[in-house]
Amino acid sequence: MSEYNVLIIEDSPTMRQLITFALKRIRGMRIVEANDGVDGLKKLSAEHFDLILTDINMPIMDGLKLVSLVRNDAVYHDVPIVVITTEGAQEDRERALSLGANDYITKPIQPTRMVELVKELLNIQ
Amino acid sequence: MLKDDERNRGEEFLQVFKKGAEFTQELLKENERLRYRLLDLENGVTDGADPRVLELTRLSERVAELEREKQEILARIRRVEEENQDFAVRYVEIEDENNNLANLYIASYQLHSTLDFREVLQIITEIVINLIGAERFAVMLLDEKTSELQAVATEGVERGALPRVPLGQGVIGRVAASGESYFAQDVTSYRLNYESPMVCIPLKIKEHVIGVLVIYKLLLQKEKFLPVDYELFTLLAGHAATAIYSSRLYSDSERKLSTIQGFIDLLTK
Repeated sequence: MSEYNVLIIEDSPTMRQLITFALKRIRGMRIVEANDGVDGLKKLSAEHFDLILTDINMPIMDGLKLVSLVRNDAVYHDVPIVVITTEGAQEDRERALSLGANDYITKPIQPTRMVELVKELLNIQ
Repeated sequence: MLKDDERNRGEEFLQVFKKGAEFTQELLKENERLRYRLLDLENGVTDGADPRVLELTRLSERVAELEREKQEILARIRRVEEENQDFAVRYVEIEDENNNLANLYIASYQLHSTLDFREVLQIITEIVINLIGAERFAVMLLDEKTSELQAVATEGVERGALPRVPLGQGVIGRVAASGESYFAQDVTSYRLNYESPMVCIPLKIKEHVIGVLVIYKLLLQKEKFLPVDYELFTLLAGHAATAIYSSRLYSDSERKLSTIQGFIDLLTK
């Protein structure tokens, strides 16, 4: 039985597959994928998630807007959010964090680092 | 008379001999008794030693024995620690290898997941951004009629800004002609030049080059290429080429099929 529900919001199928591949190494991980911010919000309203990983640059609704909306939702107010983007600049990182993201990963992602971060945010030993 | 004397002397001799034998027996018994006594005395000396000295001796021997055991255990612990270190290093290596294989598998899987030409180009773009970490790059295909390379997909570069490159000319043209990859000597000191990219990878099916992947700039956080990047380049060189080629063939055949179907519909109506 799955213990952790994780939502990946990313428009690139390559990235979604890469993230899913890496996170499935964590025992008890159930992963749901969304193509963009709007799809992500639909999935967030359909079931509860323990952690959200979202890209920033996406069509329809970008990741920063999604972070802002999720943080204003009473249900997801405290759920950890990790932002994934191609931007390595400090200002983008600060923007994402100021909107309520818990941490930030830059592309190309390091799967080991991502797995460690997710474990840390979900308090997995 | 004489006979009586001889008999008396004989008896006397026998008496003396008997006494001598008895005396010898007594001597032997005494000797035996004394030997036992000596043994008793020797045991008595041992039994009578100071018990603290004996305990000290015993404990000293035990300490020496435990010390030997301790040294053996310490040596074993050192061996186990060394093995643990080896395992930790090996674990990290395997983890990296696992990640690299996952990247290669995903790239290959995605490249062959569609027969749509535009989607294939989009997937190549995603792989180069997300797995390699490039910011400015282009996919250029060879026009067999003009023998020129022309950009069909770009990222971070205006397609119009890229020159059409004749086969065999400049860095890009030479890579397409030779089928050999090109890497700038020092990635960190590379200066943007559309005719001389940082990296140029031929896209080829066996020895037939159909185009090239040119990279002009890496993402800010990507300082250098890693071993897995070179493996990805090798994979792209082959798999991207076949994916592009087959998607083009499929598009052409779909178009022809549609045209033929149109004719058939016209003739049968």
